[in-house]
Amino acid sequence: MTRSGKLTLGPLLFHWPADRRRDFYFRIADEANVDCVYLGEVVCSKREPFFDPHLDAVLARLEAAGKQVVRSTLALMILDREVAAVRALAESGALIEANDVASLQELSGRPHVIGPYINVFNEGAHDFLVARGAVRIVLPVEITARGVGVLAGRSVETEMLVFGRQPLSVAMRCYHARAHGLSKDACQFVCGQDPDGLAADTIDGQGLLSVNGTQTLSNGYLVLLHDLAALRGMGVTHFRLSPQDLDMVAVARIHRSVLDGEVLPAEAAAALRGLTRATPWQNGFVHGREGLAWSDTALVPA
Amino acid sequence: MSLELVCPAGTPAALRAAIDAGADTVYCGYRDTTNARNYPGLNFDRDEMADGIAYAHRRGRKVLVAVNTFPYAGDPAPWHRAIDHAASADADAVILADIGVLDYATTRHPGLRRHLSVQASASNELSIAFYRDRFDVRRVVLPRVLSVEQIAALVRRIGIETEVFAFGSVGPMSEGRCFLSSYITGLSPTSEGACAPASHVSYREDGDAMLSCLGSVTLNRFQRGEPAAYPTPCKGRYVTNGCASYLFEEPVALNAIDILGDLKAAGVTALKIEGRQRGRAYVTEVVGSFRRAIDALERGDAAVANTLASVAEGSRETHGAYKKGWR
Repeated sequence: MTRSGKLTLGPLLFHWPADRRRDFYFRIADEANVDCVYLGEVVCSKREPFFDPHLDAVLARLEAAGKQVVRSTLALMILDREVAAVRALAESGALIEANDVASLQELSGRPHVIGPYINVFNEGAHDFLVARGAVRIVLPVEITARGVGVLAGRSVETEMLVFGRQPLSVAMRCYHARAHGLSKDACQFVCGQDPDGLAADTIDGQGLLSVNGTQTLSNGYLVLLHDLAALRGMGVTHFRLSPQDLDMVAVARIHRSVLDGEVLPAEAAAALRGLTRATPWQNGFVHGREGLAWSDTALVPA
Repeated sequence: MSLELVCPAGTPAALRAAIDAGADTVYCGYRDTTNARNYPGLNFDRDEMADGIAYAHRRGRKVLVAVNTFPYAGDPAPWHRAIDHAASADADAVILADIGVLDYATTRHPGLRRHLSVQASASNELSIAFYRDRFDVRRVVLPRVLSVEQIAALVRRIGIETEVFAFGSVGPMSEGRCFLSSYITGLSPTSEGACAPASHVSYREDGDAMLSCLGSVTLNRFQRGEPAAYPTPCKGRYVTNGCASYLFEEPVALNAIDILGDLKAAGVTALKIEGRQRGRAYVTEVVGSFRRAIDALERGDAAVANTLASVAEGSRETHGAYKKGWR
């Protein structure tokens, strides 16, 4: 492992057209300085068939580029076909990021990654899962620095989301469909109209949330550029960038340069601001505050 | 077997009221962050818990103790102590969600029956099997996202008891992993047990209307007399594409009293009444109504009249996910 920490690209959460999704991953394979790419539909199983024709080509391109590929599961499984799909994926032998406990029933005893949608808030849960094959744990978005300090470096690899909209909830119901007066079963894939999420503002015009099908995200982007060194010091080994509708190759370059100590966080932040434009930045959870808050004070390195 | 009626008790008085109104089983929690209804003035200290359990047992009823939040890293002791006490006070089961807490209870108190809390969000066969096989969980409280048909299919496959919500609020999000309230307030329902804590809720007038706020965020504007729910983030009005709406859920209450026969036919073991934060009058009225409905079902009588609209949140009722179309 590099001493400065590995950079990962989290699963694409939004419903992009299949061709665009393929081209996005081809470019990531060819140009992005990330060590690991998570691939898979996390939000809605109805979206999955669209990308299937491109899956093998994308897998091959990422692996040829030397990226570790981890297959992400749905965050909420209910239907029989969803359960059958995770069973089949587990049997394929791929390295899997489990986002619903259902996957663990199939993966126990084999190496796997615990995704951020499975609650690992304490050492009891952490150690139980590690004893049954978890080799990397992606901490929940709500985790505070105190929790990171206890869990990161405890035994296995520890990953944290450091860039992108914060996943705040998953549901059975599709809010994108509801916002368009449709039901989930006849959704017309309206979530595809919003490649970076659908803004859900308060009634007095404050930006607050972003809807992505059955998932609710923050309106702002999580930005932890200023805290990367401290988190690394606490034992975080992997730093996750969540794909948004902007130049993710550039986002990766900016984060890599800070992790490597080549660029100061303030300078990197100025470059990132140019990419994120008017979208607010948030970092409250890890600072022990409201998740929507922005704290100017960086975490103190351990 | 008759459907087991599982009722909320936020206070010792509510526990006695629920038992006296015909609850088969009462669930409650300790007065700290270890349970998911950690609101001021609610819940039980150690002596009250022991007394409550004794009161129920003298009448042949049961008490389930909810220890269903997720401990903070570095401080699992309050959760462990809660389970130790529930065991020593002869609780009939503990209701748990966190994998670490489940592991502790299974290891230290193997004879203490374990139920899986809705906070664990186990909504499919494999998830439930995971908790059943690892922690010998004997009953799962099913998330409020399944249809009656889906529940029936699960019951056939999982081989353990199921408990479903029959009355109370509708939770549209996958429970135990919704971070909306902490996103707005900084206080975690997951670990501290209070969604939309009262300390962060405020109301103010806006012309003829009222605004309800959580922290610095306005969640709703409603006219006087218009039904409105307690301002949890999933019950707010939001603007999407220029249009304000109840994006996540309308201000409605779940009421399954007229589909109890369907739930029983699906193989459900127990019916859960939500509302540990509600008062004794609510408990008496709701528990009494469900007692009569279950007894009528057992006798094969026609359904009893549904008179619960007055205590339903927002005064409007829904079958939620039990009926198709909710999604």
